[in-house]
Amino acid sequence: MNVYLDNNATTKIDDIVFEEMTAFLKENYANPSSMYDPARVCANAIEKARQEVADFLGAEDKNTIIFTSCGSESANTAIKGILEKTDKKHIITTQVEHPCVLSVYESLEKKGYSATYLGVDENGELDIEKLLSKITPETALVSVMHANNETGAIYPVEEIAREVKKIDNNIKIFVDGVQAAGKLPINLKDTLIDFYSISGHKFHAPKGVGVLYVKKGNLFEPLIHGGHQEGSLRAGTQNTAYIVAMGAAARLAKANLDYELTHVKRLRDKLEKGILDNVKNARLNSKSQNRTPNTTNIGFEYIEGELILLYLNDLGIFASSGSACTSGSLDPSHVLRAQKTPFTSLHGSIRFSLSRYTTEAEIDYALEHIPSVIKKIVQISPFQKELKALGM
Amino acid sequence: MWEYTQKVKEHFKNPKNVGEIENADAIGEAGALSCGDKLKLYLKIENNVITDAKFQTFGCGSAVAASSILTEMLIGKTIEEAKKITNKQIADELGGLPPEKMHCSVMGREALEDALKNYLQDDEDWTELEIEPQETNSQIICHCFGITKQEIIDSITKNGAKTFDDVSKLTSAGLACGRCRELIENLIKEYIKTDKKEVLNPVQKIIKINNIIENVIEPELKKDMGGIELVNVDGNNVYVRLKGHCSACQNAKLTLKNFVETKLKELVDDEIVVLEE
Repeated sequence: MNVYLDNNATTKIDDIVFEEMTAFLKENYANPSSMYDPARVCANAIEKARQEVADFLGAEDKNTIIFTSCGSESANTAIKGILEKTDKKHIITTQVEHPCVLSVYESLEKKGYSATYLGVDENGELDIEKLLSKITPETALVSVMHANNETGAIYPVEEIAREVKKIDNNIKIFVDGVQAAGKLPINLKDTLIDFYSISGHKFHAPKGVGVLYVKKGNLFEPLIHGGHQEGSLRAGTQNTAYIVAMGAAARLAKANLDYELTHVKRLRDKLEKGILDNVKNARLNSKSQNRTPNTTNIGFEYIEGELILLYLNDLGIFASSGSACTSGSLDPSHVLRAQKTPFTSLHGSIRFSLSRYTTEAEIDYALEHIPSVIKKIVQISPFQKELKALGM
Repeated sequence: MWEYTQKVKEHFKNPKNVGEIENADAIGEAGALSCGDKLKLYLKIENNVITDAKFQTFGCGSAVAASSILTEMLIGKTIEEAKKITNKQIADELGGLPPEKMHCSVMGREALEDALKNYLQDDEDWTELEIEPQETNSQIICHCFGITKQEIIDSITKNGAKTFDDVSKLTSAGLACGRCRELIENLIKEYIKTDKKEVLNPVQKIIKINNIIENVIEPELKKDMGGIELVNVDGNNVYVRLKGHCSACQNAKLTLKNFVETKLKELVDDEIVVLEE
């Protein structure tokens, strides 16, 4: 049995999405910008998808939606595009943003910008008062993710936008919504969020397509210059098939949101409880109930994450780890460190992330095997005394 | 996903010699919980021969595999033979490790060293045992990956590495344990400063100085109605003649000499002295 529990990394393409997009990989290949009828078919399909995404995000209208190649491009476009239109050079963000956002700020710092990186508490929660206290007359941008990829922690981005704008209405708000799309309700027209990015492959569209929502009235400098596509805000011949896929995935995600918030959440809770009850050295990273319904991050004390993943892999259980050893960098997860996860479980932290495709039988299979895998690895550990004290 | 060899997989899936040895003759440790890697090595030694070896490891797949294979390599060896086991031999025995994982083999070597030193009550520095002492550019700087001084210098002078991270990206040096960081940073300091100052023969040197005077220095002086001419180069002594406004003013001459000398020192050779003909 194969149990895919790494849906925060990427998801399976939905069958309906696949079906709708393939026509645009085969017969409907015209350039949507051209003047003849076959091109009109593609252009219309793109506009339909734009409307579907606008509906999904609760946007004012479809003209707020710009299609890009991925979440990282959307984030880069928003951040760099906003900053190019202002002389102000200060940014407020968090320590737990995704690298596609953090590394943009790190690179901007080398070019004369300054960034304030806010910490989080042990549950991954952010102190809004503290955020507001960091605002200066130089602040151009406040950038907070909607949900964290590693822990699922949800940030009150609507409230943050409201409070920031009360202090200075000119400060732009960018929200990385990649991990929230399809897992949390969002109604962007009712918020003061200026820019919001999502990525198709996190909710059953293929890799290689993203969206940037730009609230009306916000100027930004395009990242990719060229033709007039996407209202001259993102040049490059539109990827009709993938945009159609994004539209279909958005439509399906909207329809399945209730299922995510109930059934997926129930399975996640079952997995979480099952592990915590049956594995004595397991501890929950981020105990907050304010988490995306599909994610749990569990630290196994005194053992190392990569080894857990390798053993699980042999059983057909696929998860991921904030452990240094799996990523190619030698530092453990910046997110878990920011929320001060103790060293005893920092390196042994595993993220399990479900989707609407996850079944009860799969969770049962995982629960049947995870305790024995952990037991086997525990035997290799040099921390026998400490493990014994935990009841292992 | 790491590319682990079959041997690595065998050893982390079914590690050999896991556990403690009661009344071990030597115990060695390396790594720490906070670093994400820790190895405890237990040895039984009889008549100078390692008769049993066991380990406990907190670490990733390759750390467990390196520990496991190390115990197999050790059993039956004399202390003198064991002393000579390098991290590279541990990795080779596993059929190789991914570059980012070489530090796992280093950890094995360190635990072994710690165990033997405890046993022998020996405080001397063993790093000399690992390296043949040599002062040449083939000297190894990064022991995890066996990266030589020359390779690091090349990454700086030929590929334009300016930081430790650049060198790491280009050569893998320092990617694992990072203990060579300071050595690499010193090389960067040394070679970035001198990378424009390749060793020149006398003729090349004269041509280079002449070009700099004509293209860099003279245009600056012309702004102030001045001028300069290269008269002779003798070793590091550069003889020049000042023209126009500059030549009349003693103060200007001093400033000028400083300006010319600084430029030539920066671009050609630290030892250059500018003299007026």
